[in-house]
Amino acid sequence: MSGWINSLLAFLALLGRWMLESTQHTGRMILFTGAVFLRLFPAWTRPRLIIQEVYAIGVLSLVIIVISGGFVGLVLGLQGYNILSKFNATESLGVMVSLSLVRELGPVVTALLFAGRAGSAMTAEIALMKTTEQLSAMEMMAVDPLRRVVAPRFWGALFAMPLLAALFSLVGILGGYLIGVVVLGVDPASYWGQIQQQMSPVDDVLNGVIKSLAFGFVIGLIAVFEGYDAEPTSLGISRATTRTVVLSSLTVLGLDFILTAWMFGT
Amino acid sequence: MDSYIQFERVSFSHGRRVILDQVDLVIPRGKITAIMGPSGTGKTTLLRLIGGQIRARSGRVMVNGLDMGRASRSELLAMRRRLGMLFQNGALFTDLTAGENVAFPLREHSRLPEDIIQRIIALKLQAVGLLSAADQMPAALSGGMSRRVALARALALDPELMLYDEPFTGQDPINLGVLLRLIASLNKALGLTSVLVSHDVTEALSIADQVFVINEGRVVGSGSPEDLLVQKAQSPFLQQFLDGVPDAVTGQSETEARNLAVALGLGVPTVPMAEQESVQ
Ligand SMILES: Nc1ncnc2c1ncn2[C@@H]1O[C@H](COP(=O)(O)OP(=O)(O)OP(=O)(O)O)[C@@H](O)[C@H]1O
Ligand SMILES: [Mg+2]
Repeated sequence: MSGWINSLLAFLALLGRWMLESTQHTGRMILFTGAVFLRLFPAWTRPRLIIQEVYAIGVLSLVIIVISGGFVGLVLGLQGYNILSKFNATESLGVMVSLSLVRELGPVVTALLFAGRAGSAMTAEIALMKTTEQLSAMEMMAVDPLRRVVAPRFWGALFAMPLLAALFSLVGILGGYLIGVVVLGVDPASYWGQIQQQMSPVDDVLNGVIKSLAFGFVIGLIAVFEGYDAEPTSLGISRATTRTVVLSSLTVLGLDFILTAWMFGT
Repeated sequence: MDSYIQFERVSFSHGRRVILDQVDLVIPRGKITAIMGPSGTGKTTLLRLIGGQIRARSGRVMVNGLDMGRASRSELLAMRRRLGMLFQNGALFTDLTAGENVAFPLREHSRLPEDIIQRIIALKLQAVGLLSAADQMPAALSGGMSRRVALARALALDPELMLYDEPFTGQDPINLGVLLRLIASLNKALGLTSVLVSHDVTEALSIADQVFVINEGRVVGSGSPEDLLVQKAQSPFLQQFLDGVPDAVTGQSETEARNLAVALGLGVPTVPMAEQESVQ
């Protein structure tokens, strides 16, 4: 009897602690977000730092994005051909592949890969700088680490995401072409022609760009926050990187639903 | 005597643990002040209080007339531009070469042309005897070398206040001499105010004008190195700390030493059990 009550109490205590901790974590994140936002535009006094970050983050994810984009395109080409051939509509393969990519898979899959590759790296880097007192040293040199280290990385993620998503979609469309046109014999003129006719620059392309910007925003923010907030130990660093990947992947998927409902859900 | 830094009844704690307890310190301008004490007594904490990275729980820290507890962000930044701090572990930026580490504060706070920056880098690295390491990444430097590069970086902007956190750890005798001369001459030639945290008693006492010994959050000895030698007579702690040899060890017999080693789980007693009993 009392054993049962004890384990219930222990469970409640655990639940309470977990709730307290997550509330604190959220609170710190909100404060941090405010502090970073104040420095986003001042960070542009040194545009080179931001360009360096876009480059570094982009290069980090380039290979994985190209390879995944290619495979996703190949699969879309195969599956699309199978489905469309039942309706004698294989000439629409191009538009099917490109719409799936530009509207949905490009931004989302890129964001998931981006979180795992660049996001975790950003977190680990900042957390390590914290652990080895590099951020502290910067502070003592009257250099604001939020402005010098954090803000440029956030901008880097924000800019790199749409570029990488566009690359992903492009490679994917080429992959679809390879399977559909080269292997399965769809007419090349209709593959490209349908894309040109049916894709709307605003509804499809712009919305895709907005999505990838939004994903870049949340991944960038989560990655720099988790790095900055990490406990300065090796365990703290590994926990922070894991949290970045989990938290940003979930946020991206949830946000994708909201954005899709808003953009395409008439 | 003109003071640069004053601690007035400063207390600081981590959670419930009291690190500094009502500490009073006066650090004179243009002099070398050594802060000594056993590991974990809050020496680094004290330097962080001076730099304004943490705030005292009670009491007042005054640095060059600025109350660190009340200072605004911009006052704090202005104060830190005149401060150089050598971190205990160096804290070099791992993604920049040694030379670029030294250049960092210059690039952040000055608009000097590139050739001048390169000249300053060479000058500062030469002063710490590491000119040849300018293009090395921090990962390729030894601990002692990193700390000397970090010293060059801290000196890059010609600060008027230098905080050294354990500069002598991991230095060979030759470089130790270089560092001691460097710290002393910075002081004499440029009138730098230096705060030197160290537990290398001989080195610290040899260049310090004034010494504070801290133990368990309190100042337990202060004054010139000579004063300290006088105070030593009255305080067993000071005696033990300054002489570095707990008196128990000096008269230790071989058997005592062996028993201690065994108690620590080191080595196997060479004497068979029965015999050892009879020895004791
Ligand atoms: N973030 C922290 N949380 C809790 N306790 C801390 C924290 N940082 C330091 N301490 C404690 O504060 C005390 C003083 O730390 P400090 O780094 O100032 O010591 P120190 O005198 O510089 O020691 P050392 O000579 O080994 O460098 C230590 O006992 C340490 O355990
Ligand atoms: Mg210390």
